[in-house]
Order: sequence, then C-alpha cells, then structure tokens
Amino acid sequence: MRNPAVPVWAVLLVLAGLAISAYKAVILGMPVRPDQQTEVWSIQAQIGFQADGGPAIVDLAVPSVLPGFLKLDEHFIANRYGMAIEEEGDRRKVEWVKRRAQGSETLYYRISVTRSEQPAAWRDHPSFPSPPDYEEPYATAIRVIINDVRQESADVFTYTRELLRRLNARRDEPNVALLREAADSPAQWTRQVIEILKGVRIPARILWVLPLKDAASDARLLPLLQVHNGESWLAFDPETGESGVPDYMLPWRVGDDPLYSLSGGRGAEVKLSVTRSDRKLIEVARDSAQRLDSVFADFSPLALPVDSQNVYRVLLMVPLGALIVVLMRTFVGISTFGTFMPVLIALAFRETQLLWGIALFTLIVSLGLMLRFYLERLMLLLVPRLTAILIIVVGLMLIISLVTNKLGFERTLSVALFPMVILAMTIERMSITWEENGAREAILHGLGSLLIASLSYLVMKQPDLVHLMFVFPELLLVVLGLSLLMGRYTGYRLSELRRFRNFRDGDQP
Amino acid sequence: MSFLASPRRLTRMGVLGMNQRNADFIMRYNPRHLYPLVDNKLLTKRLAIDHGIAVPALYAVVREQHEGKDLVGLLGDHEDFVIKPAHGSGGNGILVVSGRFGNSFRKPSGDLITLEAMQHHVSNILSGMYSLGGLPDQAIIEYRVRFDPLFEHISYQGVPDIRVIVFRGVPVAAMVRLPTRASDGKANLHQGAMGIGIDLATGTSRGGVCGGLVGAVHPDTGASTADIRLPHWERILRLAMQCADTVGLGYLGADIVMDRDLGPLMLELNARPGLTVQVANQRGLLLNLRQVERMPTLPTAIEERLALAQSLPMAQPLRMAQSSREPAAAPTGRE
Repeated sequence: MRNPAVPVWAVLLVLAGLAISAYKAVILGMPVRPDQQTEVWSIQAQIGFQADGGPAIVDLAVPSVLPGFLKLDEHFIANRYGMAIEEEGDRRKVEWVKRRAQGSETLYYRISVTRSEQPAAWRDHPSFPSPPDYEEPYATAIRVIINDVRQESADVFTYTRELLRRLNARRDEPNVALLREAADSPAQWTRQVIEILKGVRIPARILWVLPLKDAASDARLLPLLQVHNGESWLAFDPETGESGVPDYMLPWRVGDDPLYSLSGGRGAEVKLSVTRSDRKLIEVARDSAQRLDSVFADFSPLALPVDSQNVYRVLLMVPLGALIVVLMRTFVGISTFGTFMPVLIALAFRETQLLWGIALFTLIVSLGLMLRFYLERLMLLLVPRLTAILIIVVGLMLIISLVTNKLGFERTLSVALFPMVILAMTIERMSITWEENGAREAILHGLGSLLIASLSYLVMKQPDLVHLMFVFPELLLVVLGLSLLMGRYTGYRLSELRRFRNFRDGDQP
Repeated sequence: MSFLASPRRLTRMGVLGMNQRNADFIMRYNPRHLYPLVDNKLLTKRLAIDHGIAVPALYAVVREQHEGKDLVGLLGDHEDFVIKPAHGSGGNGILVVSGRFGNSFRKPSGDLITLEAMQHHVSNILSGMYSLGGLPDQAIIEYRVRFDPLFEHISYQGVPDIRVIVFRGVPVAAMVRLPTRASDGKANLHQGAMGIGIDLATGTSRGGVCGGLVGAVHPDTGASTADIRLPHWERILRLAMQCADTVGLGYLGADIVMDRDLGPLMLELNARPGLTVQVANQRGLLLNLRQVERMPTLPTAIEERLALAQSLPMAQPLRMAQSSREPAAAPTGRE
C-alpha cells in the first residue's frame, strides 16, 4: 500500500456510498430488505347531495402539504363533472362543476398516503396580526392571562405552550372559566385561543387533521392549533397543550374555510372513510419515486420504466460478480479462461439455475472440445474455425433442447439464452490450452472458471443483495472502493502458500 | 511438509508473490511503452542485432498468409530451424525442426511432421492463435540452437535455456530450464520442463524441480542435475545485463541458450518473468530485489554490476549459506 492515494480514495468511496445509502434508508425510507412492508392509508372523501337540476358547483378542501406523510396517489372521481384544482399557499381545493345536475349526485376524492420521515414545510408566511379590541369582560380576562404567561415564556413556542397549559390546567380560575364558557366546541375553543394569541401578535391558525384509524367509515376532522414562530408553523393540541402533530393524524386543511361548499343542490353531506393496508415497501418506493422531493430519488433506478428496471436488476449485480472474480484471482489464485468469462457464465446460469447450468456447460464444452479436436486435423484458419465451433455450439444446443424436450424436462427453453459465443470461445481457448499446456491445465482452468462462475452466480442471485444494489445503486461506490483496495494488495495468494510450501526455512541468510 | 506455508514464513524467506511482483516491480520498473520491444520477438531480435547482442540468426519472416505457401522457398536449404510466433507467450506456438527429408520434417522428439502440417502451423501463427488477444501475428524462422554438450547427457530433446532475472541492470536470480518428455521439448516449467536453480556467484546448479517434485535427478534421463558448473557463466550474466541495458526494462527475464559453437545466445526477453525461478531455486527472490532496490545509485559499468550481483545475499550456494550463516541467522529465524 505504498500509494497513499489508494486507501484515501477507497475510504472516501466506501464512506460516500454508505452515507448516501443510509440517508436513503433512514430519511427517505427506502426499504433495506425486499420483503419489508409498510402501512398504506387510503382515505376517501365522499360528497353526496340532491341536485336542483341546474348548474352545480362543489368545492372540497383537499390535503396540500403533508408533513410526516408521503402521498402515493390521488384520484378525483366524478361523473361528467368538469374539475379544477386551486392551490393557494397551504390551501388546496378541488372544484367540480356540472352544467345540469339532477337527482342525487355523488363525488369522490381518494388519496393514499404512507408515513414518511421526509421533511415537508408549510408554505404560508403570515403577517403579524394586530391586537383586536376585545369586548369586556373578556378584555380584562385576556389581558391578565396574557401578562401572566408572558412572565413565564421566552419565545413563541414556550409562550403558546404556557398559555395552553394555563388555559387547560386551571379551568376553575375565573378568567379562564369566562373564556372557556364562550367556546362550546373544540373548533370554537381553538378559535378562541387564536383570538387570545392575536393579543400578543402571534400568528395562529386552525389545522384540521384526520385521525387515521383503520376501517373508520365516518371519520371527522379534528382541529389543532398552529402558531408561526417566524420560521415555521408549530402545532399544538388546544385541549392538552401537547406540541406537534400526533402520529397517525393526517393534515387535511388549514384555516376557517369550510371543508366543502355547494351551490345548485341541497343536503350535501361529506363522508370521510379510512382504510389501512400493508404493501411492500419496494412497491411503494417505486410508485413514489417521482414524488419524493430528493435528488437521490430522482436518480434512482426506481424512476426508470419497468422493463429497464429489470435490466438494471441484473446489470447492477455484475460488479459484485466481478468482485468475486477479483477475490478468487488475487487472494486465492484460481486461474480461469479469460478474466470476466466466469461472470458471463454466471449470468447465463441465471437462466438455467445452477446445477442444470453446470451440467449444460460441461456437456456442451466437452462435446464441443471433441469436435474441435477433429477440426484441428482439418487445419482451418482461425476465424473460420471459430465460426465452425460457434455453429457446432448452436447445433449442440438445439439437439440438447430437442432431446430434453422429448424426455420431458422443462428447462429446455432457457437453454436458448445460454451465451453461445462465450461457449464457443471457451471451447477454443480450452482446446489451445489443452494442446499447449496439457489436459491437466486445461481441465483445471475449466474447473476454476466453473467454480468462480458458480460462486458469482450464488452471490448475484441473492434476492437481498439484488434488492440492495437496485434500491441503493450508490453501493457501487463501495464496490469500487473495495476493488481499489484489492488492486493494491501485494500479499500472497492462497495458491502461492501451497506452491512455495516446500521452500526450506533457516537456509536463508 | 505442511499443506500450506504460512504467509509469515514466506515473507521471512523473502518469497515474491504474484500480486507483489505485479504491483511493486512490473508496474514500477517496467514502463508500458517498452513492452512491445520484448513482446514482439522480431523487434527484440532486430534491436539486439543492432546493439551487438548475440542472438540466433534470423532466417526468414512470414508476414502474410500467402507467403506461408512458399515455405519451402523461405526455408532455403536450412535443414534444421525453429518456427515461432513473433508475439507468442509462454513458449506456445514454437515448432522446432531438427531434420528434414525433402518435404518431411523431424521434430526433436523424432516425430515427423509434414510440410502441410507445418504450413498450417505457420498459418495459425499468422492468424493470431498464439498471440495475446488473437491479433494477427508474424512467424519467425530462425537458427536452431545446437545445444552445448554439457546438457546432452542430462536433458531430453529440446533446447535447455537459462533464465536470468535482471533487476535495475543487476542479475538477481537465475535458473536452467531443461525440457522433458512431458514438455515436448519445450523449456517451460508449467508444461513439465525441469527447473534447476543456479548460484549467481558460481554458476553452479542446485538440485532442481520438476512437476512440483523437488529433486536433483532428471525425470527422463535419470542424470543428476546437481553441482553442474555452467561454462561461460560470467558471459551469460553479462549478456543478460546487456539485454536489460538495451531494452531499458527495470525488471526483466532474459532467456539465454548455450550454443555449442556460438556460446551464450539471447533467445527472448520477458517483461513479466514468472515466479518459477524461486521454485527452481527453492528460495525467495525478494531479499535480492530489495537489496538492489535500496541502493540509491547503481554502478554503470558491467563488471561492477557483475560483482554486485555475485555478492547479493541469495547468490551463494545453498549449503554454503547454511553452514556459514546459520548462527547469525538463528536469532532472526525465531522472531
């Protein structure tokens, strides 16, 4: 390891590869194992109403920013309605329009989400509200509470927390009781708190969340309090004072605008239902690759069309196969025909399975060798001879397929994908080695190639590894780093420990 | 003997491994642009002739397939000759003809080979069967070395050759390679030839190795291979050093043959000499290599380098080293 650049590069590459993978696994929630499951919540909002017969316009507030969640898909289902989505800051609504609506009409909005660590920020930037002129006797009560809480707080977060604690813990205190009296519902109470916060110029709003509970058929939106601290929106439960949006609460809408509005109809009713299902994380990741707001997700093979994805599932394993070849050659010292021919044979084994692949390979190469030895006597030029071997290989494969088909084996079809050029080259090289260096060396090289091919195949077909390389292709950097390190290995090979084992010790000066 | 040697023991004995040879010596001391000079035997031969290095005479070169048809014309009246690929490696594709009866040729083994078979061989060479990567090649027809009677009673047919490893212009190890019946007259160890270690200082043989067996007896002839003193030993070393100076490779294997009439002749050069020289000598190469590597400047005069080579730690005969150095070596041996 005399070249210091090598270990430095190797460590950098390995660290970079691991860091990106860790980021994707932990923050983006990419699955580390192929069978990892995740819960997917499907929410349906159903609006039913009796149309008047004329034009109908239906507005429905729908989720916009989803901190803590990842939107997988979203559907708007309405029979012959025109549809438009309006988005403004953190508010988003769908507007359905129909010129002539009659009888009972039903419209659906469906969204499916999964929980995610991906950060998502609210977009609205509120201005500071001016303190309202409270009516007496509320004005005095509010003033007292505002001033008390101010003593015990440092910033927007602690002020809100203290205020809610005060308002919730000491309900029998006259000032608090007076304020609570005026609010008869959680939403009203939240509005009341917002009014109080205006007195100290803290911008606040209502956040309506949907509790995610499996098989809930008539879920209701619950109000939460959100205050803005100049940088971001902080959520509080107005009843308990707990901060943050609780788990399994899906932010649906903000503000005091109604959930829905209808013109041209009567008796509108919105029904929210929630169902939970388990899906493979990898499928979720595949569906949501484009939705993830991350450059690493954009450059993931998951963003490719499905058929290219399948190609990359194989391609990304080739470096691992090559790594096996490096290991076996540099550390063990097994000789093979050609450097990466074992990897190509291993790829061919994918089509045939291991044992059948080895049998097939051995059979075709042995038969090919026999015919090649006869060709030798015909004294053909090199390229025509190679062509002849190739033709013989294809013919042998056809015959083997026909014979095994007659015998009722099922694997015959996959034979067709066995790389015949590789087989032809193997036969040619093996016969030359056979003639030049003897049968022993030719067979040893052949066995070495088969052994490394089998090992590569076993590694390359590991479903967990295939999954890892595919979802985290940056692991290629780790493989690259390892191969750089191995490129500077100057120690002995296992075969050399045997080759030089008889050297006499002690004679050396 | 154990099944495997411990890496620590090999390190202590200064055994050079393949990985270390590639990384620390070949990549370091052999600039890639010089490789063609040794990989193309025709270039090597021409370069050697220009620099007055003794090589077997070049009879003819076959460059195109159609020239191969007139093999008889190219051969002229040479009765014996060697045909080899310009880009061959590991002794592959070398055809030695030791006698001729019209259009029928005799190999050293006594087997006859027809003109047609020989033309096919030449054609194979030209189409690149023996060259790296299968690139089209040229066939060289050259003088067949009549080997020195010294080896005649030891060796089976074929040309025994002497490989000298030259590092930074200083010979660091040497061995003799004797063809056997198993190696079909080729002097290549992994084809079954016998390797015999040589003391650099004296040019005396140390036992030998054949097919993984250590012994001092030739497998075919039964003759002893130990304690043979090579004639012209210093001439051989000087020739190897000249070759290294001429091609400019820092880590070089020079294959030298002993001709009965012409003395030492350089047969070919190798930019990636194998590790078999260690097996033939049954000792490591690294101590010598490191000693030469540590010297900031090396003498330029051939005679000084010769003296340096003969004073290297591993240059002495095995037994002498054992008896004279054993007490001093014992403490390090236990470390």
